[in-house]
Order: sequence, then C-alpha cells, then structure tokens
Amino acid sequence: MTTQTANIATTRTGFGAYVLALTVGVALLTVSGMAQATVLHDAAHDQRHAMAFPCH
Amino acid sequence: MSKNLLSSAVFAGLIAGSVAALLQFLFVIPLLLEGELYETGARLHFLSDGMTQSEKGTPGLGGEWDRHIMTVVFNVISYTGYALVLVAAMGFAKAQRGLELSANSGLIWGLCGFIAVQLAPAVGLPPELPGTPAAELAPRQVWWLSTIIATAVGLSLIAFARTGLWQIAGGILILLPHLIGAPHLDTYFGVAPPELSAEFVTQSLGMAAIGWSVMGYFAGYFLSRSED
Repeated sequence: MTTQTANIATTRTGFGAYVLALTVGVALLTVSGMAQATVLHDAAHDQRHAMAFPCH
Repeated sequence: MSKNLLSSAVFAGLIAGSVAALLQFLFVIPLLLEGELYETGARLHFLSDGMTQSEKGTPGLGGEWDRHIMTVVFNVISYTGYALVLVAAMGFAKAQRGLELSANSGLIWGLCGFIAVQLAPAVGLPPELPGTPAAELAPRQVWWLSTIIATAVGLSLIAFARTGLWQIAGGILILLPHLIGAPHLDTYFGVAPPELSAEFVTQSLGMAAIGWSVMGYFAGYFLSRSED
C-alpha cells in the first residue's frame, strides 16, 4: 500500500513543481550572478568572472 | 516529485559546484589574479614608447582564504541555481514526451546547457579578465539573457519539434542573437596582454564545460534514482 502511494506521488508531477524549481533556480542565480549590492558583488567576484556573468 | 526535483538539483549543484571551484582554482583563478596585476597597474604590458612586453607568470592563489572560500560558496550557489532550471526542463520533457532520464541522458542535457548558458553568450561577449572596459552593463545583460533563452529554445526545437520546419526555425533562433550582434565599445581599451585574455577565455569555458557535464550527469542520475 505504501509503495503504491509512493508510486502515484512520484509519477504525477504538477506543473507547479517545475515552476517552483525554475523560480528558486533563477532566484539563486540572481544572487550569485547579478545582484549589485557591494558585499555580494565582492564576495562573488571571482566566481562571476570565471562563469562569465555580465555583472559590471 | 517536486521534492525529487529539488533534492536532485541540490545534490547535482553541490557536486558540480565543488568540482567547478576546484578546477577554477587550478586553471582559471591564477589567470584572473594575473589579470588583476594589469588592472591595478602592478604590471604594465602596453608601454608609452610603443613597446608591448611584460613578464609572464601568475602571482599564485596567495593566502586570501576568505576570498577563495567565497568562490567555492558562490560556485555551489550558481551551479545549484542552474541545476534547478535544468531538472525543471528535464522533468518537464519527461512528463510531456515520456523521455527516459538517466545519468547518460543527463550528460547530453548538461552539455546542451553549457552551449546555451556559457558557450553561446561567450561567442558575442567573451569572458572578461577583471579591469576590462566594456560597453554599458544593461544592454550587455539584455543581450546575454536573450542569447541564453534563444539558444535554449532553439536547441529544444531541434531536439523535440516534430517537423523539420520547426527544427530549422530553432537553428535560426540560435543564430539570431549573433546576427544582431552583442553590444561592444567602438574602441579597444584592454590593459592586459591579448594572450592572457585569450587564455582566460578558453580556460574558463573549458572548465565550465566540465562543470556543466558533471551537473547534467548527476542531475540525470539522481532524478532517475529517485523514481525507483
């Protein structure tokens, strides 16, 4: 019974799950690659250059 | 499955971000620190008498541990962010087209992600050493983001469209940002040697290709495992 429930839960993914993953992903990338706050910019500086984010 | 999407992305991002950071310390950051010598004027390449010559050699990673720890942290954040977007696309393709996901197919997803997110924008806006003067930030960001989206949509059309006409449209979409052209200054201002800038571009792209391959491989691995 438990297995059955798990299977149903794993095979049906609501559209919301993709939107959630996408939104959280873009939010993280905004922080690590785009945000202009000086503290963030300086901390992320080398990584931004290495990953070629256009950040300044 | 939403939990699986998130956990797969976090694990793949953690592994790929750590691997990418390690590779950057070996290959990319030393060049970046060498570039900073020219940015600060500690080293000069273009001399006022018309000579171009400077000593080659990186200053090494030095002892700036806070700075380097931040590079690891932000690599993990970036790769986790990209992994979240990638697993969303992979999961969506599976739901819509019944694609089988595996570590092997994840490798192809990762490489296509590298093409869309790193390679295509770098064609117009090469990765820059610190201190390289460039065009206005906002237009570059618009071109960068548009190129990523156009390339990702173009690749998806080529991979998933059911008619050849849509696949050709995908190819045109990939070329379009380059036909329009990236924003550039109308003057060269670079202070670093051209060889150093070129090496920085090839090394950072090469290491990003490995990072994205690792990310795609593990995203596919964890997604397929979580379905068993």
